[in-house]
Amino acid sequence: MNHDPFHWGRPSQETYGGYNYNIANASNHQQESQLDNFPKVHSQQPIITGTSVVSLKFKHGIIMAADNLGSYGSLLRFNNLERLIKVGSQTVVGISGDISDLQQIERILHELEIEQEIYDSDGGHHLRAPHVHEYLSKILYNRRTKMDPLWNAVIVGGFNDDGTPFLKYIDLLGVTYTSSTLATGFGSHLAVPLLRQLIPNDIDYENIEEDEARKVLENCMRVLFYRDARASDKYSLVTIKSESNEGESTPKKLSYNHETELKVEGQSWKFAKDISGYGSKQL
Amino acid sequence: MFRNNYDNDSVTYSPTGRLFQVEYALEAIKQGSAAVGLVSKSHVVLAALKRNAEELGSYQKKIIKIDDHMGVALAGLAPDARVLSNFLRKQAMSSKMIYNRPLSTSKAVLSIADKAQENTQSYGSRPYGVGLLIAGYDETGAHLYEFQPSGSVLEYYGAAIGARSQAGRTYLERNLDTILETDSVEELIVHGLNALRDTLSQDVELTFKNTSVSVVGKDSDFKIYDDEEVQQWLDKLDSVSNARNRAGDDDADDNNENQETTEETTTTTEAATTEEASNDDNANEATDAPAEDRMETDE
Repeated sequence: MNHDPFHWGRPSQETYGGYNYNIANASNHQQESQLDNFPKVHSQQPIITGTSVVSLKFKHGIIMAADNLGSYGSLLRFNNLERLIKVGSQTVVGISGDISDLQQIERILHELEIEQEIYDSDGGHHLRAPHVHEYLSKILYNRRTKMDPLWNAVIVGGFNDDGTPFLKYIDLLGVTYTSSTLATGFGSHLAVPLLRQLIPNDIDYENIEEDEARKVLENCMRVLFYRDARASDKYSLVTIKSESNEGESTPKKLSYNHETELKVEGQSWKFAKDISGYGSKQL
Repeated sequence: MFRNNYDNDSVTYSPTGRLFQVEYALEAIKQGSAAVGLVSKSHVVLAALKRNAEELGSYQKKIIKIDDHMGVALAGLAPDARVLSNFLRKQAMSSKMIYNRPLSTSKAVLSIADKAQENTQSYGSRPYGVGLLIAGYDETGAHLYEFQPSGSVLEYYGAAIGARSQAGRTYLERNLDTILETDSVEELIVHGLNALRDTLSQDVELTFKNTSVSVVGKDSDFKIYDDEEVQQWLDKLDSVSNARNRAGDDDADDNNENQETTEETTTTTEAATTEEASNDDNANEATDAPAEDRMETDE
């Protein structure tokens, strides 16, 4: 008799020859080799990735940008991805990190929109950015708790219930925080300092006009293209603002403007000829 | 022997296209004591008459808080109302937890409407035997809905359910214009109590023991006034007894003590309906509703 723990009780091969697994269909030998029984794998790392999302508040709303690149490691594999997703009528969700998880989040958000804005809707009760943000944070935290995270960092932009601009971050750990200037990934190192030159304190966004905000954001996209090897110079930009005349208390009209295929302007690569090797030159 | 063959379950239509179990459920609401609700531009008021089973017993709770911005008044089977209100509470908490947003009144009523409707077309279940008035204040303003076991839900400016509720509805209809225009919560409550007062039977008065009032609206969370707290509102009424019975009703005050018992007997005799309907030999006396079908089907 075979005393191997996995074959215990079977006739030993030395005496009886190889075991016939087809006897009485008693075998689980074939199943073991099938793909079904392959162990379930949780996300260990992102595969196709999108780099930074950059955003800031201004006087009448928010502005957000993300490039259209999908990288496969260091290979710039796709150049036509849209990473700024509209949810409801006045909310944008900018997603960096794993692109397949981005597409999963996109489906979830689409479902959310149908459920909340269409089913049993009596009008009013619009889905706004804080609601979308809370929902996403629950989803991302739930997935990290299962040790199978959606490998993304996300910024939700739009308006609060009281009509003030809303901007808040969530990442794969379920961490959330808010600020008047937000960026994910490389952008949190390279772009946020530039944004904070414009908006030093959180409340200062109230003095910023749209064109000022946009100028700084465009500069951020340029710096990121220079310094971030996973960034491209083709990007999308969303502006959401409430159009209200000064001093009027009438209901504000909201506008959502999505610009695509923008190009990083004013590039100058003169500095490049002096660069050799890695890091600064050792004298 | 006359028997209704079409009320054994809630999924079988009568030949005239009626669902008797559902109609009986609607009758069960009328057995319960009255509840009224009314809205102004910014507030919703619920007022309800509580019953006690016996003199030494407590009064059945009639108004249930769902969330800071929502509550319900019930008429009919209180246990069924508990199930529905607990469900609504869960919905309200989920909305807060998942979306960081208070449950909208319309979504709330439609969610219990779906539950109730399911019972009208699944074998082996019975419709809920309770009617609800749902009061809520949300971003689209103040709302009052009536929920019925049939699964139907309608929004109202003013509504009344339960025993003798027609009188309350009549009052609300007559005063609709002033109710809609009023900016004062106090005025709204007084109108609610007036409507409730009109549903009273003889020899019953509104007292702080048998009256429940609730308010919800702009900048004010859902608040129930019970017992001693409700006295402040009763004090604002010109009378606490039904106008129809007031003439020559000098000894009204003396009846304070027995009012609960009298009220109960009158309501049970008045609406001698579904309870006896289940004892089938008495089925003729059951609601007038099924009479027509019975004739047709039993011959």
